[in-house]
Amino acid sequence: MNGKTWNNRAWFFVLPVLCFVLFSAVLPVMTVVNYSVQDTMGANSFFWNGDAWFRDLLDPNSDAGVRFSGALVRTFAFSITAVSLEVVLGIAIALCLPRKGWSVGASLIVIALPMLIPWNVVGTIWQIFSRSDIGLFGAALTGMGLNYNVTQEPVSAWVTIVVLDVWHWTPLVILLSYAGLQAIPDAYYQAARIDGASRWSVFKNVELPKLHKVLVIAILLRFMQSFMIYAEPVVVTGGGPGNATTFLSIDLVKIAIGEVDVGRGAAMSLIYYLIILTVCYVFYTIMTQLERRRDG
Amino acid sequence: MTRITFDNVAHAYPSAPGAKVDYALKPFRHVWEHGLAYALLGPSGCGKTTLLNIISGLIIPSEGRLMFDDRDVTRLPTEQRNIAQVFQFPVVYDTMTVAENLAFPLRNRKMPKAAIASRVTEIAALLELTADLKRRARGLTADAKQKISLGRGLVRADVSAVLFDEPLTVIDPALKWELRSKLKAVHRALDLLMIYVTHDQTEALTFADRVVVMNEGRAVQIGTPEELFERPDHTFVGYFIGSPGMNFFPAKVSGARAVIGEHEVALGAAYPDLPVDGMLQVGIRPDFVTLAQSGGVPVQVKKIDDLGRKRLAHVSLGGVPMVAMVPDSMQSIGPESRVLMAPERLLVYHNDVRVEGMAL
Repeated sequence: MNGKTWNNRAWFFVLPVLCFVLFSAVLPVMTVVNYSVQDTMGANSFFWNGDAWFRDLLDPNSDAGVRFSGALVRTFAFSITAVSLEVVLGIAIALCLPRKGWSVGASLIVIALPMLIPWNVVGTIWQIFSRSDIGLFGAALTGMGLNYNVTQEPVSAWVTIVVLDVWHWTPLVILLSYAGLQAIPDAYYQAARIDGASRWSVFKNVELPKLHKVLVIAILLRFMQSFMIYAEPVVVTGGGPGNATTFLSIDLVKIAIGEVDVGRGAAMSLIYYLIILTVCYVFYTIMTQLERRRDG
Repeated sequence: MTRITFDNVAHAYPSAPGAKVDYALKPFRHVWEHGLAYALLGPSGCGKTTLLNIISGLIIPSEGRLMFDDRDVTRLPTEQRNIAQVFQFPVVYDTMTVAENLAFPLRNRKMPKAAIASRVTEIAALLELTADLKRRARGLTADAKQKISLGRGLVRADVSAVLFDEPLTVIDPALKWELRSKLKAVHRALDLLMIYVTHDQTEALTFADRVVVMNEGRAVQIGTPEELFERPDHTFVGYFIGSPGMNFFPAKVSGARAVIGEHEVALGAAYPDLPVDGMLQVGIRPDFVTLAQSGGVPVQVKKIDDLGRKRLAHVSLGGVPMVAMVPDSMQSIGPESRVLMAPERLLVYHNDVRVEGMAL
């Protein structure tokens, strides 16, 4: 014996959590896994389909494969565009915010407001906002002579969805960056002033390195959320015009619920899930490795 | 080559109109010479950091003028003052190597590359950072980082002054000694005006040529470490410098004799013209008081501290506590003993300020 007391009472504290996780996560996921290897003709009759759904989805020549890869590319394009804009804007705005005084609270509250609005409400706001007859945004752009029409023009639809997401979620990046900036001791700024550093040099050598950790978190959160975007494009564009804004989540709902193709939908959602997991894992690993190499 | 002149510099934080002005730094008038190392020493809240911030430009004094040579810098921003500063906690640029960190202040001032390289090599050698020059700064230990901060403070040869704000706080005690003597050596090698803020008297006394002892916003005494030790101008300096601090007794003084309680002791000088009102005290460093079997004045021994190298006796002279040295030869010490006080070491204070006596 190594002198440690073994006490199995700990299990009483862990068991409720295990039960909860079993019902909240493990069972639902296993149901999806179960569906993904079967086919159904309705009437609750299922038969074995092996990995056919997966092969079909990942086959670039099949109809399902083309449809899937199209949605996947659109989703990536959307995520990368929106998250890049949000990170750049978020840091820029955080740098402009006041550092002390009553205006800090006031500006933080105003900035955080969009985050408090539910997704489908945001969609509705922007759906009306972007209408060219009564919407302020749409009418203004149309009035300027631009060919702006969310229901007809793919570019208009894309711009609207991206701007909507930037409006909704830049505040998160601002708040995280602001917290990171506030944590930098004054001595760093004073030292940089004494060292004769320019504003850009202060940003590059002091602020950005100190923001590294919060930015990793911000990018991870924003990537996961934006990659799963659903309610807003459904309300604003319905995935259109054509398939222009049909992202993975929208297509998934169409297949699984609209077309009652439960097996294909299950297979698709598993692949979807694995993509998010992989991207986040790879991103996080690279960022932490990078940091470790810098330390070394 | 810069001389810093404080022309009645004072600072008070804004207070309610009509209220008594509450000075963080009371009017201060002095000239600091190039090439010397000054230490600002005092307890927390004594105004030493306020004085440092006035020099660095972080605070604009509410009164008086600050001159670097003949230039009035009172209202100039930090970056135009040509000073360097080392902070309490290491400030390094994480993404840069040690060499890049040291070169940063010079690069920003568009110094030629070759000159930068030679200066960086010189400073790195002084601080023993040469082996680490190519390493990233962020992976280093706290004391290595603080050495980088010190290096960045010292790298510019043309600075008016280098300010140190308690720079050894984060350093391991064992390394403190080493870095402190290193700083002293660097100061001799580089011929700069250095200003060092600390609340640690050992640090101040080993580092500085002149120590500015501060208390309650006032510079109580400015002098060499010897002067502060041998002739404290104020009872505060006596208490604050030296370990343990100076002994003080209320006394009556007439001519070259003082009466402490009911005992008369001889003084090293005569004091014929003492003011009649106010409080008179005589003070003496424990180092000049010795416990003895006979002679001197009688005391009650309270306890003996054995510090290894020396023994200190805590005694009571007519109810007033004092500290005396125990001679090595003295073995058994009873509760009743006597102390000898060197007359020339007894100083006289009137209302806490030292009175100059007339040589006998």
